[in-house]
Amino acid sequence: MAALCESFTLCGLGPSGGVGLGGGLLALEPGPDPDHVLLTDRGRTATLFKVSDQKPLGCWSVKHGQIITCPVVCNFETHEYIAVHDDKVLRIWNNKDINLDKVFKATLSADVYRVHSLPNGGPVVLFKGGGVRTLDVLLEAPQQEIENIISDEVIKWSEAFMEGQQPVLIFTTEKDGDFFVYVQKLKMNSLHKYKLEQQELSKPLSFTAYIKNQIITLLCLYSNDSVYKVLIPLQQNTEEEEQILSKSLLLNLSVSGSVLKGTSFVVLDKDHVAVLGSLAASGEESKECLTIWNTKFQTLQTSKELPLGTSGQLWCYEEKFFFTHGKVLTVIMYKCETSSLAAAVGKLKDSQTPDVSSFVNWNTLGDEELVVSFQSQQSVALKSESKMTLRSKRNTVAKVQPDTLSVGQLLLNLKDASTTAFEDELRQLMSKAQMPDFQATIGCVITALINRCKTNPKYYPRNFLLQIVQTRDLSYSLCPDLMAVALEKKDVHLLQICLQRFPDIPEEITYACLKVFLISEAYLQRIDVNLESVICYIDIEFNNKEVKTEIVENGFNAELEQDIWDTKITKETHLTSDGEFCPVGPQKAALLNAVLHSAYSETFLLPHLKNLPAQQAVLFLRYLYYLYVKCSEKINTTLPGIRSPTINQIMDWMCLLLDAQFTVMVMLPDAKELLSNLHKFVRAQVRFYSELNKIEGSLRELQRLNHQKDSQTYSIEVLELI
Amino acid sequence: MGEFEVHRVRFFGLVPAGVRCLACQPRGGRLALARTDGAVEVYNFAANYFQEKVIPGHETRSVEALCWAAGDRLFGAGLSGEITEYDLALLCVARSVDGCGGPIWSMAANSSGTQLAIGCEDGSVKLFQVVPGGIQFERNLDRRKGRILCLSWHPSDTHIAAGSIDFLRVFDVCSGQTVQRIMVNYHVLKVRRECIVWSIAFLSSGTVITSDSFGRVQFWDWQRGTLMESHTVSTSAVLSLAVSEKEDSIIVGTSTGATYQFQLLPVKMGSLEKRWVRTKPFQHHTHDVRAVAHSSTALISGGLDAQLVIRPLMEKMQKKGYDAALRKFTFPHRRLVSCARKARLLLFQFSQHLELWRLGSTDETGKDGEVLPLCRMPEHLVQLKSKGPEHIYCSCVSPCGSWVAYSTASRFHLYRVQYEGDGVSIKKVPKVPKLLLPAYQLQFSSDSGSLFVASARGSVHVLQLLEPGGCKHLHTFRPPSGSPEAVYLLASSADGHWLAAVGGDWAIHIYDLKCFKHHCTVPTYSCAVTALAIHPITNNLVIAYSDQQLFEFSIPEKQYTAWSRMVQNCGLHRVWLERDSPITHITFNPKNPSHILLHDIYMFCVLDKSLPLPDNSALLMNQSTLKQLPETARQRQLHAFKICKKFQPLLFADLLDENCLVMVERPIMDIKTQLPLPIQQKKFGT
Repeated sequence: MAALCESFTLCGLGPSGGVGLGGGLLALEPGPDPDHVLLTDRGRTATLFKVSDQKPLGCWSVKHGQIITCPVVCNFETHEYIAVHDDKVLRIWNNKDINLDKVFKATLSADVYRVHSLPNGGPVVLFKGGGVRTLDVLLEAPQQEIENIISDEVIKWSEAFMEGQQPVLIFTTEKDGDFFVYVQKLKMNSLHKYKLEQQELSKPLSFTAYIKNQIITLLCLYSNDSVYKVLIPLQQNTEEEEQILSKSLLLNLSVSGSVLKGTSFVVLDKDHVAVLGSLAASGEESKECLTIWNTKFQTLQTSKELPLGTSGQLWCYEEKFFFTHGKVLTVIMYKCETSSLAAAVGKLKDSQTPDVSSFVNWNTLGDEELVVSFQSQQSVALKSESKMTLRSKRNTVAKVQPDTLSVGQLLLNLKDASTTAFEDELRQLMSKAQMPDFQATIGCVITALINRCKTNPKYYPRNFLLQIVQTRDLSYSLCPDLMAVALEKKDVHLLQICLQRFPDIPEEITYACLKVFLISEAYLQRIDVNLESVICYIDIEFNNKEVKTEIVENGFNAELEQDIWDTKITKETHLTSDGEFCPVGPQKAALLNAVLHSAYSETFLLPHLKNLPAQQAVLFLRYLYYLYVKCSEKINTTLPGIRSPTINQIMDWMCLLLDAQFTVMVMLPDAKELLSNLHKFVRAQVRFYSELNKIEGSLRELQRLNHQKDSQTYSIEVLELI
Repeated sequence: MGEFEVHRVRFFGLVPAGVRCLACQPRGGRLALARTDGAVEVYNFAANYFQEKVIPGHETRSVEALCWAAGDRLFGAGLSGEITEYDLALLCVARSVDGCGGPIWSMAANSSGTQLAIGCEDGSVKLFQVVPGGIQFERNLDRRKGRILCLSWHPSDTHIAAGSIDFLRVFDVCSGQTVQRIMVNYHVLKVRRECIVWSIAFLSSGTVITSDSFGRVQFWDWQRGTLMESHTVSTSAVLSLAVSEKEDSIIVGTSTGATYQFQLLPVKMGSLEKRWVRTKPFQHHTHDVRAVAHSSTALISGGLDAQLVIRPLMEKMQKKGYDAALRKFTFPHRRLVSCARKARLLLFQFSQHLELWRLGSTDETGKDGEVLPLCRMPEHLVQLKSKGPEHIYCSCVSPCGSWVAYSTASRFHLYRVQYEGDGVSIKKVPKVPKLLLPAYQLQFSSDSGSLFVASARGSVHVLQLLEPGGCKHLHTFRPPSGSPEAVYLLASSADGHWLAAVGGDWAIHIYDLKCFKHHCTVPTYSCAVTALAIHPITNNLVIAYSDQQLFEFSIPEKQYTAWSRMVQNCGLHRVWLERDSPITHITFNPKNPSHILLHDIYMFCVLDKSLPLPDNSALLMNQSTLKQLPETARQRQLHAFKICKKFQPLLFADLLDENCLVMVERPIMDIKTQLPLPIQQKKFGT
């Protein structure tokens, strides 16, 4: 649960800094160290505060007649402060400077909108015309020409992030009621312009954004008391005409009849936003409030009334809210914990549990979720219909159907697009995460990809497919053609991943995979396969002696074998425990392990196994025998490693294979020796265990004797210390 | 590193005496404990519960109650009818006063520690004033029939609650009158059985808590004389009871060996109404829990099975550390065994006699873990009985085996032992010098030519042993600045040049035996010394402290050695520091100068100074791992601590020669068989 904690006053504000329209502060920015903030008022002054001490550490002001037009920021790398006054004059100073008149000054050629300072990227200057420069570039030639990009649009809001090593700047502009979003990547010097999807009768009041996994999430507070979410993928190669950004409803700011008229808001974590605004119940006077909302459960978590009024601005740094309240700047600390049922009943574990797979469960979709899903569908459709009220479930489902189709429609439209554009588009589609029927969309995406592969035999997006299969929770039934195509292309790595991840592979496909794995030989060496299931027990050194191994086995003297069983058994077990080499290379072993691990039903698999060519059957049986021997070496009869086959799986497959190929095996001279070895080994095992059973009582007695020996009052023993 | 031939000795028939009573020093860091044989021990909480002081028992001096008064003065009272004050510096009885009321069953000091109340056999409660230099009889309170088994002062010192058979009484201290008399057996009508109030506690709220022989813990309102709550915790008697200083928690001990904690908890979350709730049961003992104590962070219980159990309250612990560990002490923190290395003899110290044994031998060798066939069995040579009621303070056998010395509270004995073939003759040395007694520790020099006697006020006497059987006093060392405390540990160097002595103030003084003068003092360390020894070759003094730190001090150079500084810089392994029993003996291997051999109750360790210290990520007890590794892989895994936990509980370990060790074990099971049968409890069925 999120909660607001105690509040305190950071400082009093002058007449211009107080409540009311046009009042308030210019901005509050983080200071050079933690727990420090830089406050810029709407006049001439900037002040540095240490928050926990409620103490100003420094104060700087420009001359009379000048006015600071852009919030003072701190360059985190050099610990210098940067300010712009009178739109064009840039000042840079540090802690020791007292008089701003005497510090570094540069007059620029265009009006500055804002300076953004990034922790690792240095400051970035955004001009009112939309031009962007890093401070370093700007200082080299302060009078350089700054282009005007946005013509007569007006910048409403801007924000900067670091994406990897490069700074990314996002700003929104307005012109005649239309809102535009610009994303500028500085290093690549690329600029993207988007148009924000229009919303009837309301317009965005405030923006905030964060970046995660190469996707900018832009949140907009609209005048219809709702928060919308817009996803903007950063990976964008095409520089086409301006795209329209669709938005989805994140939060409706209304609680039991009363509506919160938000003025500004901040994101606290993935489930929480804080909104400052006035709460108006019908027929009552509105009260200004600071509120924390949970977007996951769509609930108001906590609120605090602010009777003295605010300037409508809200900042949040280091788990503290800052806002003006009456004539003072107030700080409130908050706590924000991930809300979950577990937390509510006090069973929350420290470690975050991995995200549970998000298959759509149609039965549990409640009405509320359907509203969300419906609206997101609406936005995907790119055609906003008139808002509908939902009356019955059936109605909704009926409505959803055409929308899913519209995803299909979109994919259909892309059918003829160029390969890169096609993949881009799909990536973008996938970036619309958190859609409730996301799984279905992924299924559509894969189907589209596969269809493209089928029509264009040269096209095979290996890495893209691999990425999708590895990162999403898919199943065979969701993309039935995927494995078929992979089989056709002999993409064994993808097949391995599919075998490991899909819970519902038909036996026919499992068999096909097995066959491909057993046959494919030479080129396996080069292929990157996940080896984690084999490296713990296979002797990698031997893998290039593969052929030699077989010679050793085949060259085993068959006549000797006819000798008395018992002596042979000891020799045989000796041989297997010391010198048995893996009959297949590690890559092939890993692939076969994936097959051993997959789920199957004997009845359905058996008919297919009968079709396995004899050579492959023998090789597979040999490998199973090898695994069985390896298992039996350990007292706990388990193989080390992740996803390594269990002894039960090995035995089941062995029996299955023998059942399916029995006649062939009996006839085949190659297999004869293998079968007899196998037989002897199994028999030895059975004997060994039955002997152990017999002497169990004696072993227990030995243990007891050992204890008795301890009870002697005197003994001389040997102790070795190393 | 090497193989040892280990003489595993289990014939030391020590049976530690049961714990009779416990007393936590109010607002202090010490716990006083009395055993059924009359011995009194003091444990220091700050020094990791080290058994700091031991006053050996006395045949006629049983202790039924102990209490701290006037700060750090310790009083005991017992069935002899006397109140005894103990001198904790000289570790002996300071003075005794007759209570004049027959056997004393109980004693309690008031909260300010100025008055003592005793409960006597004749049913009287007597008050004594604690004055400097003793106690003074003040007056009798209202006397009625029935022995007073337990007593408790109200924290405001105005009233005393006293438990007797079938009833409890409350006295007004000012008037001396009985102001309340409560029958405790009222609720048990069907059988006419007497109900013994074994223990009582008086809370500041006016609640009187009693524990009785019916297994009940009862809470009474003394003014109204009504029963407020009654909890039956056991089918047998609840023998002991102790309240925490905050009065929000109590611990009771029962005759089945179980202890229970009761806590005063709100009925509902946030409610003001509180009730006593039985919260935690513990079963650490097998026999009667005769004594319990409640420190601020731990529940302490002592039973007739001789165990002292300290169970920390985890809710009071800030972090996992030394204090947070459950600890059980059964054996003393000092050694009762001495060894004549050359003669292969062991001397065992019992409370009132000594036993001298000769070790057996073998002429075979074997591999690790093998038991070798014996060609000679061990032999019990002599049993020396101490005359008189006093218990033995200390004893020692000389390295050559021909001298045995021991001391009681008032007498010092030296014997000359002669071995003629299989026979042994023992002769008392007639005229021993008159020394300040008792002796707290005895140590023969390595050439068996002199005997060092640790004595009171920091002094050490040096006696010269004369053939064929005599001795004379040579010198007495005293710390240059004086000390009130007795010396409790001694170590002499193999070359006969140095002697190190530790007193109760934990200062280590080193004396020069060649010119009989004080050599230096080891820098003070704020913890108790548990063992020390001087290296035979380098003359480095190795010191083990009760916080498990190890120091090495070079006597010739009068400073810590480089290795010691290195150990302090790197820090010892976490597991080593978290061990809960102190190192009780240190010895060396002359053939391997870099080896230090040390042991505590649960492990034997060879510390190889030439190897790197293990860091916290390494496995400290790595012997079994090393044994599985091939020779080549071992080298990387080796570290300085070679720990063997095979021999437990280990009372003594010493090196006889280069690769021959002697380990004296005392299996707990062997002690248990010596104890009376515990109360039979049904486990299954009807």
